Amino acid sequence: MNRILIIIPAFNEEGNIARTVLEVFKIKNEISNTRIDVLVINDASRDNTYMEAKSTGAMVIDLPFNLGIGGAVQTGFKFALDKNYNIAVQVDGDGQHDPNFVPELIKPIIEGNCDMSIGSRFLVADKVGFQSTFMRRLGIRIFQQVNSWIIGQRITDNTSGFRAYSQKVISHCALDYPSDYPEPETVIELGLRGYHIVEIPVVMRQRLAGKSSISSMASLYYMVKVLLAIFINLFKKR
Amino acid sequence: MTPETYRIQIVSILGSVFLIVFIIELIRRRKLKEKYAILWLLAGLAIIIFSIWRDLLDILAFSLGVAYAPALLFLIAIVFGVVIMIHFSVVISDLTEKVKFLAQEIALQKQELENLRKNEAESDPKKA
Repeated sequence: MNRILIIIPAFNEEGNIARTVLEVFKIKNEISNTRIDVLVINDASRDNTYMEAKSTGAMVIDLPFNLGIGGAVQTGFKFALDKNYNIAVQVDGDGQHDPNFVPELIKPIIEGNCDMSIGSRFLVADKVGFQSTFMRRLGIRIFQQVNSWIIGQRITDNTSGFRAYSQKVISHCALDYPSDYPEPETVIELGLRGYHIVEIPVVMRQRLAGKSSISSMASLYYMVKVLLAIFINLFKKR
Repeated sequence: MTPETYRIQIVSILGSVFLIVFIIELIRRRKLKEKYAILWLLAGLAIIIFSIWRDLLDILAFSLGVAYAPALLFLIAIVFGVVIMIHFSVVISDLTEKVKFLAQEIALQKQELENLRKNEAESDPKKA
């Protein structure tokens, strides 16, 4: 039997978190021969995220202070490693990721065809659903180029956090995972290590409530930081 | 030498002695780890040597081809400052990583403990 852990990192998402968790619960019985557990990582939210998450009956881990998305998700990997889950799926707490795509996301991993699957909003025909703002799409385009040069595979949605990970990748990421803006960097890190990555088309939604943790000024910092990290990653000892 | 040039020599010797005494005092009060103190003690020692042996700077500057000797002094000071700041950045990065690790461990243990307590309460309602 496959044991799947849905990791939901949440920072100040009181308006979205309960709804997101309940949506995940709905797909619990959709996949045969699997057990799906939900783990919310409350990244020291200043609002009521913790109690909102608790009220759903999901497991909740409460970080003592804010670690950023990378540190939060890594906590989930550590949990998954410790409790021996076969597959981990990251679903962001802001409601952008539709849990109905989780079965499709984990399918290639269950079948043993890949180590990480990424839900890509750009593989959807006719650009259905939330496609992000112009500046962010520009950044996303740059990541597409850089990452395909480095790992020789075109990943269309490098910044997507809607991902499923195999057990091998879980144990790798539990030990080594970037602190902030981890998504594009992880593609490089895993790609260079020879892990197999696939993309699955998913329709993304606008966040339901609250606001994104990345402002436009931060977008620039995001780009620079991630590109630097990707560059350094090339020379890292492995 | 004129008395004026002795004055600056005395000031710099006093200054460097004060620096060394200050560092030792910090170690004594356990406010500074010996590991970091060594760096500062060496810096203090270097200043004392340069203050007592006034010609050393000229000799060094001449042998390195530096035309204006005091410029060498600034160079040494700046290089020392940069090296020590890089060292601190390394230390801070290491500490950040360790703090993150601890925070994750605490959060995981807390969840585990809550879980155990809940299970215990369910299996033995009298205790709860």
